Amino acid sequence: MKLITAIVKPFTLDDIRSGLEQLGVLGMTVSEVQGYGRQKGHTEVYRGAEYAVDFVAKLKIEVVTDDANVDKVIDAIVSAAHTGKIGDGKVWVTPVDTVIRVRTGERGADAL
Amino acid sequence: MQGDTAWLLTSAALVLLMTPGLAFFYGGMVRSKSVLNMLMMCFGAIGLIGVLWVVYGYSMAFGSDVGGLLGNPFEIMGLSGLMGGNALEGTGFVAFQGMFAIITVALIAGAVADRMKFGAWLLFGGLWATLVYFPVAHWVWAEGGWIFDLGALDFAGGTAVHINAGAAALGLVLVLGKRAGWPKEPMKPHNLPYVMLGAGLLWFGWFGFNAGSALSANETAGVAFINTLTATCAAMLGWLLLERLRDGKATSLGAASGVVAGLVAITPACAFVDTWGALAIGAIAGVVCALAVSLKYRFGYDDSLDVVGVHLVGGLVGTLLIGFLGTTNVNADGVDGLFYGGGAEQLGKQAIGAFAVLAYSLIAAVVIGLIVKAITGGRVSTEDEVAGIDEAEHAESAYDFAGGRGGRPASVDTSVASGNAKKLEGSKS
Repeated sequence: MKLITAIVKPFTLDDIRSGLEQLGVLGMTVSEVQGYGRQKGHTEVYRGAEYAVDFVAKLKIEVVTDDANVDKVIDAIVSAAHTGKIGDGKVWVTPVDTVIRVRTGERGADAL
Repeated sequence: MQGDTAWLLTSAALVLLMTPGLAFFYGGMVRSKSVLNMLMMCFGAIGLIGVLWVVYGYSMAFGSDVGGLLGNPFEIMGLSGLMGGNALEGTGFVAFQGMFAIITVALIAGAVADRMKFGAWLLFGGLWATLVYFPVAHWVWAEGGWIFDLGALDFAGGTAVHINAGAAALGLVLVLGKRAGWPKEPMKPHNLPYVMLGAGLLWFGWFGFNAGSALSANETAGVAFINTLTATCAAMLGWLLLERLRDGKATSLGAASGVVAGLVAITPACAFVDTWGALAIGAIAGVVCALAVSLKYRFGYDDSLDVVGVHLVGGLVGTLLIGFLGTTNVNADGVDGLFYGGGAEQLGKQAIGAFAVLAYSLIAAVVIGLIVKAITGGRVSTEDEVAGIDEAEHAESAYDFAGGRGGRPASVDTSVASGNAKKLEGSKS
């Protein structure tokens, strides 16, 4: 099993969610996060005082999937999140030892 | 007569609403960890000054004159003799003027956001009201008061309220010092919709503040009312235009600030100028105050929410411009200023009144601030300030969106509570 983590532009969430739904992905976790990469922050002005806002608002999407579906999930996320402009985000994959469904105690792929 | 009383009582309620409005105007500008303290400083001023006013404050301001400097504080102590009497000159007038005392103290709070102990704030507010506001209200508005007798005009409180509060704010900031991290750390407003909402409530209440100061539902009230609209609109446009040219964008904080700057500036002049005068006062105040709020960075005083830049400077603009723009065409009780054929004499009187109050309030605030600091320490520890004054001073936090911080009732046996939760869960399935 793999954990796929994607940092994306917030407005792309809906496309990503429906793309993953079509693949049969049954769940995901979404968090609001801040950070920066090559896309720098922006400047805000309050009563003439300038503030450099270094961190940009992004969403972090986490999906756990079995090994066979990893590439399909990645492709779905990347194509939905792609705009071609700086700041589109990153996707990375990490191995997962096991998964347990709290309600039933099922383990491994059955718990997905 | 009954109509006058009705308008006065209505205006008094409008003016009270300004202080909660101010609380939100200020509260939106501070960081989320200190918004409750800002609201509490304003509400605390309502409680404290409301009590002091009816006990001896009104008597100090409007009791029989003692040497042109204050009213006899014992004469009308506890409003003795006023209850059940004429409301227009008695209880209604006491209530209306009491709201002015309250908001004048509350205005100072914006300068010391995020760092002043709540008890120290109340002690300062009570002493400053007693030693500065009550006497200055007497100077400006009571028969026998020396600025009143001089003939300097202050229709609704440019000198007595705004210059007075702005100068006190500067004095208190000088004693208390700047916030931890200022000006290097970003301290941007945490809720601009609050600021806009507060500005709207202030504007609404200000119609009572200005037009109510006619103390009658008459022609003068109408002049004051329409000028409170005219100047304020012009000031908002002035502030926004300056921002657009200087910073590139017209901001919501700029719109709210322009509104307040315009209201402040028209306050002393609202019954004495025509439409052109009101437009000029508003536009000038909007631009001048927008420039003045940057002075604190140049001189290094942390007037956190720009009480000096908006209220002291705006109050000076309005008070002094009466000397140029006043006209008896709109109000026979007014004067003709320099631009209306009246000569420079009135300008001189306006300046004497304005700068006398500025100097007295500034010096008194420094002295009172030092006394309060010696007794209470003045400000919270740097650790508490950085963590957030709301938790340190009030044991509360303003926002709990996620409920993720593990709150539980500390005074209740939680083993029973969690047992109940389990039972509830069991009964569902």
